[in-house]
Amino acid sequence: MAERDSAAAVAAAPGGGAILSTVGLTRRFGGLLAVNDVSIDLRVGEVHAVIGPNGAGKTTLTNLLSGDLAPSAGEIRYGGGNLAGLPSHRISRMGIGRSYQKTNIFLPFTVFENCRLAAQSRAPHAWRVFHRAGSFADINRQAEEAMAAAGLAGRRERVAATLSHGEQRQLEIAMCLATRPRVLLLDEPLAGMGPHESASMVELIKKLTAGHAIMLIEHDMDAVFAVAQRLTVMVNGEVIESGAPEDVRNSPAVQLAYLGGEDSLHG
Amino acid sequence: MRAGGRFLNLALLLALAGLIAFPLAGSTFYTQLFTKIMIMAIFAMSLDLLVGYTGLISFGHAAFYGLAGYALALMVPKYEAASLWWTLPATMTVCAAFALVTGALVLRTRGIFFIMVTLAFAQMLFFVFHDTKIGGGSDGIYIYNKPHLRLGETALLDLEKLEHFYYLVLALMVLVFLLLRRLLGSTFGRALVGIKENEHRMRALGFPAFRYKLAAYVLSGALGGLSGYLAAVQFGFVNPEIISWHQSGAVLMMVILGGMGTLYGPVIGAFAFVLMQELFSNQAWFGAYAKHWQLAMGLAIILVAVYLPRGLAGLLQKTGHKADAGEPAADADGTQEGAHG
Repeated sequence: MAERDSAAAVAAAPGGGAILSTVGLTRRFGGLLAVNDVSIDLRVGEVHAVIGPNGAGKTTLTNLLSGDLAPSAGEIRYGGGNLAGLPSHRISRMGIGRSYQKTNIFLPFTVFENCRLAAQSRAPHAWRVFHRAGSFADINRQAEEAMAAAGLAGRRERVAATLSHGEQRQLEIAMCLATRPRVLLLDEPLAGMGPHESASMVELIKKLTAGHAIMLIEHDMDAVFAVAQRLTVMVNGEVIESGAPEDVRNSPAVQLAYLGGEDSLHG
Repeated sequence: MRAGGRFLNLALLLALAGLIAFPLAGSTFYTQLFTKIMIMAIFAMSLDLLVGYTGLISFGHAAFYGLAGYALALMVPKYEAASLWWTLPATMTVCAAFALVTGALVLRTRGIFFIMVTLAFAQMLFFVFHDTKIGGGSDGIYIYNKPHLRLGETALLDLEKLEHFYYLVLALMVLVFLLLRRLLGSTFGRALVGIKENEHRMRALGFPAFRYKLAAYVLSGALGGLSGYLAAVQFGFVNPEIISWHQSGAVLMMVILGGMGTLYGPVIGAFAFVLMQELFSNQAWFGAYAKHWQLAMGLAIILVAVYLPRGLAGLLQKTGHKADAGEPAADADGTQEGAHG
């Protein structure tokens, strides 16, 4: 299991340094440069928020990191190797989990089964064909832990389709956690949430910061400033500013890019 | 598999008891007909693994059914009986190998293209046997001697005897059902259903979806081969028609008619399909219309598609839920229940 080894190597890497770095990451769609020469670092124990107006290339960046899209140029350095161009299932197995902007769960399954399936993905028993799926204690425990961490312990047997929107977003994260990732790519986890749900999601992200390197794409600026230790602003596929949140907030370039738009950094 | 719960298990056991007792009624015609139906049921269950559980709509499943028939016909000596002990595994291995090679290609396509490419492979195989002398061209080949089934010197079953062959087929049908049910309840089976529901998400969770689909495809091909082997043994004759797209269409209709993603549904579908065929082509009852049985058959299938989107199995489940009232109706396995979309 080479993937397992490299995940362990990453886990053992000295703290402080970036666990994942992109170098000149670029993605073209025909003539459009959706992501242009983006270099960012993710560190364990840190939330790196990426903000920018619609169409800035934030979700494309997430797709490049998760392997849903292959970059046109540039590198994704992780665990001593380059992830660029690897298929999404290999990247996931190396410890990089993502959640989706549009809720992407198994609607006919129960909450537990969604998490159990996620936990099973890298278990060595996944190919055992004559044991009942629910009979592996380690997989079940991993699923239970992920459910509890995402605040869904009380919804265990609910069919995912019957959950509220906010709970479905939590499940989205729980599934990601059940794969025990080191890096979490969260694509607008607060999208469409009410104030109460948003607040508990912010608490969840804060709680997860300790053991994970998190990249957070989010439009809700209050949430971003509440959780992020590092902030990158993208416009038209390019990084226009990156640094500590307070510095970025006051940057003239960012003010200019956001002023006149509907989004406001102080909103 | 818990949908319908106790009622369903009871209904299936009763049906099994009925099938065990059936040859005692002593009708040669119906014993043969039911044998044929149970062979089709194995065929339909093997397709359900793809269509109902993995979300792969194959329109070329007759390739495995037909290839198995030809494999048997070509590997047995002309004038003496061969042993089932080696011809059956050998035939299924040929089909699994064919599935491995074609699957590695067809599984790179999706949706409508998958349907077309599976059909294309089956048609290619059809023309190989139709247009070359390998398998006797369009005339086909006779299998003069049914395989024997011996343990040491004692014959376990005499497949020339209708009842013996009937019970062999019945046992294999039950075995395939139990095997697939077990498999689909395992981590492997849950991964297949996950792929059917949302392959993209499965890959994002770290599942190598292609490998899972290929494994399902190979298993499905091998089990399709089992049914083709039994059919060739029963009829003692193979010709290219057994690979034709009509055959692929018929088995797909059995799966849909019976209710895909349920395993027992395709068994019910096989019975309904063949019995309807017999009924509507019965001259004593339908007179001149019997010639046009396909018209009535088409109407019946349209009615099921419109009023029973989950097939005949859905009807059974609904009855089961009512009969089991008091038990929670939600299906914890989630394979058939819950909103889609």
